[in-house]
Amino acid sequence: MRRNRRLAAFSSLFLLLAACAENAPQDTLEPKGPVARQIDNLIDPVFAVAGVVLVLVLGLVLVAIVKFRAKPDSPEPEQIHGNTRLEVGWTLAPALILLAVAVPTIATIFDLAKKPDNAVNITVIGHQFWWEYRYDDLGVVTANELRMPVGRPVQLTLNSDDVIHSFWIAPLAGKQDVVPGRNNTMSFSADAPGEYLGQCTEFCGASHANMRAKAIAMLPADFDAWVAGQRAGAVAAAPGTAGEAGSLLFAQKGCGGCHTVAGVSEGVLGPNLTHFATRTSFAGSIFDNNDANLRRWLRDPQGEKPGNKMIIPGPPLTPDEITELIAYLNTLR
Amino acid sequence: MAIVTPQRPEALAPEQPLNTPVRFLRRPTGYTKGLWGWMTTVDHKKIGIMYSATAFIFFLIGGLEALLLRLQLGGPDNTFLRADTYNQVFTMHGTTMIFLVIMPLSAGLANYLLPIMIGARDVAFPRINAFGYWVFLAGGLFMYSSFFLGGAPNGGWFGYVPLTRNLPGHNIDYWVFGLQILGIASLTGAINLIVTVINMRAPGMSLMRMPIFVWMSLVAQFLLLFAIPVITVALFLLSFDRLFSTNFFNVAAGSDPLLWQHLFWMFGHPEVYILILPAMGIVSEVLPVFSRKPLFGYQVMVFSGIAIGFMGWGVWAHHMFATGLGPVAVSAFSASTMFIAVPTGVKIFNWISTLWKGKLTFPTPMLFAIGFVTMFTIGGLSGVTHGVVPADTQQTDTYYIVAHFHYVLFGGSMFGLFSGAYYWYPKFAGRMLDERLGKIHFWLMFIGFNMTFGPFHILGLQGMPRRVYTYPEGRGWDVWNLVSTIGSFVIALSILVFIINMWKNRKPQEVGDDPWDARTLEWTIPSPPPEYNFKEIPLVTSRDELWHRKYTEDEDGRSVRREVTLGQPHMAGTEVEPTGPEGSESPDHVQAPGDHADGGEENGEHEEHIHMPSPSYWPLVTAIGLPIVSYGMIYKTWAVAIMGGVWIFGSLYAWALEPATAPEDTPVHGPDTSGEDLEAVPA
Amino acid sequence: MSTTVTASSGSHTEIDPGHPPTSTGLTNEKVAMWSFLGSECLLFGALISTYLLFKGQSLPGTIQPVDVFDIPYTSVSSFVLLMSSLTMVLALAAIQRGDQRLTRVWLLTTALLGASFVAGQAYEFTVFVREGMNLRVNLFSSSFFVLTGFHGAHVTIGVLMLLSLYSLSMRGKLPPSKAETVELVGLYWHFVDVVWIVIFTLIYLIP
Repeated sequence: MRRNRRLAAFSSLFLLLAACAENAPQDTLEPKGPVARQIDNLIDPVFAVAGVVLVLVLGLVLVAIVKFRAKPDSPEPEQIHGNTRLEVGWTLAPALILLAVAVPTIATIFDLAKKPDNAVNITVIGHQFWWEYRYDDLGVVTANELRMPVGRPVQLTLNSDDVIHSFWIAPLAGKQDVVPGRNNTMSFSADAPGEYLGQCTEFCGASHANMRAKAIAMLPADFDAWVAGQRAGAVAAAPGTAGEAGSLLFAQKGCGGCHTVAGVSEGVLGPNLTHFATRTSFAGSIFDNNDANLRRWLRDPQGEKPGNKMIIPGPPLTPDEITELIAYLNTLR
Repeated sequence: MAIVTPQRPEALAPEQPLNTPVRFLRRPTGYTKGLWGWMTTVDHKKIGIMYSATAFIFFLIGGLEALLLRLQLGGPDNTFLRADTYNQVFTMHGTTMIFLVIMPLSAGLANYLLPIMIGARDVAFPRINAFGYWVFLAGGLFMYSSFFLGGAPNGGWFGYVPLTRNLPGHNIDYWVFGLQILGIASLTGAINLIVTVINMRAPGMSLMRMPIFVWMSLVAQFLLLFAIPVITVALFLLSFDRLFSTNFFNVAAGSDPLLWQHLFWMFGHPEVYILILPAMGIVSEVLPVFSRKPLFGYQVMVFSGIAIGFMGWGVWAHHMFATGLGPVAVSAFSASTMFIAVPTGVKIFNWISTLWKGKLTFPTPMLFAIGFVTMFTIGGLSGVTHGVVPADTQQTDTYYIVAHFHYVLFGGSMFGLFSGAYYWYPKFAGRMLDERLGKIHFWLMFIGFNMTFGPFHILGLQGMPRRVYTYPEGRGWDVWNLVSTIGSFVIALSILVFIINMWKNRKPQEVGDDPWDARTLEWTIPSPPPEYNFKEIPLVTSRDELWHRKYTEDEDGRSVRREVTLGQPHMAGTEVEPTGPEGSESPDHVQAPGDHADGGEENGEHEEHIHMPSPSYWPLVTAIGLPIVSYGMIYKTWAVAIMGGVWIFGSLYAWALEPATAPEDTPVHGPDTSGEDLEAVPA
Repeated sequence: MSTTVTASSGSHTEIDPGHPPTSTGLTNEKVAMWSFLGSECLLFGALISTYLLFKGQSLPGTIQPVDVFDIPYTSVSSFVLLMSSLTMVLALAAIQRGDQRLTRVWLLTTALLGASFVAGQAYEFTVFVREGMNLRVNLFSSSFFVLTGFHGAHVTIGVLMLLSLYSLSMRGKLPPSKAETVELVGLYWHFVDVVWIVIFTLIYLIP
């Protein structure tokens, strides 16, 4: 698709500003994958055309205001009722322009709907307020971060456990809603290794704003290594360590009722924690995975993320208990 | 013809009308004044004023809600509003602005203007008209009572299931029942205005001679007529799920949550044309007056409005492009969405052509009208970009969409409505608004509006989702959010200027019938008009009837003022002496057809009595039943709900048996509630 | 004084927003009724579409139409409703002819036929409930009861209107000049009947 750079720059001041923005990691106009790029290539000329039309309309209005403003000696205007030729013209011209936009649009729609070969199949399940990823072919279950290999597309099957959410990693692709009872699909890939930020984009309740997403693209060898690590069982904490104390607390406090740790517990209300320590973020990716944040979270999950489903049974955890639990979580590589 | 001086009230014996079942409360009559007079009025003008004033108050409330949202979003990780509070405020902001501001403002304007623009004395069903207003007020108050009764609706203004099916508490119930109540007001109003326009036009006022505002309002009323039942069904289904555990939106039972979206948007898309068409009509009235030439391409403007009305039913799923409908469906709706831009674009060019080669002056109504043309163009163009489906998967549910609809609803509808407010204020209130304050209002609002919503385009394209109570640092969104917040307070300031303007000019002035040198029939009657609008039903001989009475054209087609403004055209066989009360604009009176059963009798020997329908309290009483039923249903107190139902049925029954005119008000001319004393026309 | 000159007498023609000569020649009330029925088409259209969308989607093992529908029974009550449209037409003809007695006869008959239809439906519903089908069971039961319930409510309102007309006539308040009121109630009644034909066909007859 030919890009008219001059028109794009001239026509959309705000586009210019957007493109020049500092560090906008969820920017839709800086594609980092082929799907997002295809979308961007489609819309840029459309923005340009829209910009030209806008300048034309604003220009005509400005000219009219200046040129035809009443002066003391200006005569009464001619009482023009219409001009059929002009009116037909400005009906047909926009129609033709829109036709020119519609054709590549529809072509792109069908192209993007095709299922790619050699994709990694992942089932994405939206929950209030976190994302679950199940790599069914590979036997991996994880949460919050979608890890993918560079050079291969991921083919997502999208579903929801409760209400409608929407899965969106803007630099890589457009969004698709996850609708309970329906299996939507989408596919995309990443150009290069890196972290790509996203967010739930369908209002899903109190902490909709706190339901973020991340895709982490890795070199194929790294991805395979990651898969292998995820398929392994849970690491047991060494005896006599704070981690072991934490594992006892984990059972005692009922954490396992909601969280699965392979071989230890089978809860499904919350994310699978078997390899928690391998993740860079948690709690719907609102926190980087470090001790300080874990402490904040465990102290008061409801305060940090209102309305989320993590309600720690019994009295709030004491600081020592939190220390031990953090130690345990850190062993779950 | 004669307008007989009303008998002094003491001379009459206001007997209790025999056929009113309720005897303990005397039926108000045309003589009833004061607050009770307003509460029982069936005069379309008073009702229009009540609609507009109430809607304006809701506008201030909705605006306050917006300021709260903007304060919370002014910076990242802000803690000004808690999550749940924010969710209630954004839900109510949207619901208020759409259902409690733009729709009733348009309804109020239509209510006031449609009869006088078509030469009628009132709408077809004056009591139903009053009913519509009271139901609107009841619905708005009912919905807002939720803030004090457990929390306001918090599911977003389009309330997607399964979220709203399962949200605990009664917040959503208030939303559902509140909208149902408001829907009744809209539906009855639509039927009333449709019948009025179709059936009550003055002689000679063919459809293609009607003012364009009448046309656009008519199309909007038809859209309401057919769209409201669809959301009514959707809301019933949701309320049954919540109250009675039916399965309409129960995924576990096999339901598809998209059913709600299809039903909602099948209403929702025509709804946005309901919101914009009347404002387009206003702009189409204002631009010609201040360009001093006719609307360019009247026929095309009418047909494009009708086209938009029809095509608007075929685009609803463009609100669902990311829901997984499949490439075929999505392509079809993409095409239909793009093509609805054609009739819309035509209007922009016709408006520009109206300005072109005109003689332009720029009082405040004109500023807002031109503001509409430019801002709506921006909003319309961003709308077209949404039609590019793959791009929409990036845009939807982000601030880019929020930008689009604020440009068309605020920069479009609200600017149009402000244009109408300034333009028709002299007619409604008998006073002019201050021009200097008006210009300050416009420029502050224009700047504030673009500061607030312009950045939303950028924020959306940079990935900021909508309906989020907070956002983190490091996304690049901080600066534009702050700019937007500042802009919102500039808007607030501009509204303060508007309020000051109205307050400063609250004393009646002498504005005359036609302060703007306008083109349509409403400017032939006094400002404000008497209760009966027209002393005689006018006879219409062309579009822009008033303009043609004032001006003829020279050989170049330019307007030339006539020496004497034409009055009512003569009809053969009914010559009369030029008579009429002093200061009458139309010295030549003639009987319009239908004024006399036996046509053509000489003036003076013939007494024509204009009587107006009498006020009634049944519309208000009936309306009260609706929130009663709703409270009963929400709290599952069936006794209350049944009582409310009985209340409604009983009131309707009493209303149906009440005659349109109280005996005290026949046959004498309905009294002059403006205090103007009419002189009898001499024989 | 105020009572000696009545509204519709002799040389005094009232300008009353309800009854001036209209632009179409139809009365305001008639145009209003047609408009209202137009909106009702969308109401029932949305309900019927919901039912049809859910057709066959109820969870297997839960109650299905074939388990509960008694087509012969419902055919009889449908016939009753259809006949009531005939008697409605007869009532209108009677009042236009000035036959007050027959007007009342046919109005009452229509109301009774309509009431029988509603009673029949109510009975049918109780049978369904006894057979284990209530509002909550599945998609079919929810959409069936809501759709037919809305229709039944509309019939009931129609019956109340007919009885009101009957009562007015009994009190001498329904002269031939008010024939249009009967016509408009008739329009509503026929509409409700047509909706039933659609429902009966799509829901009961087509498997």
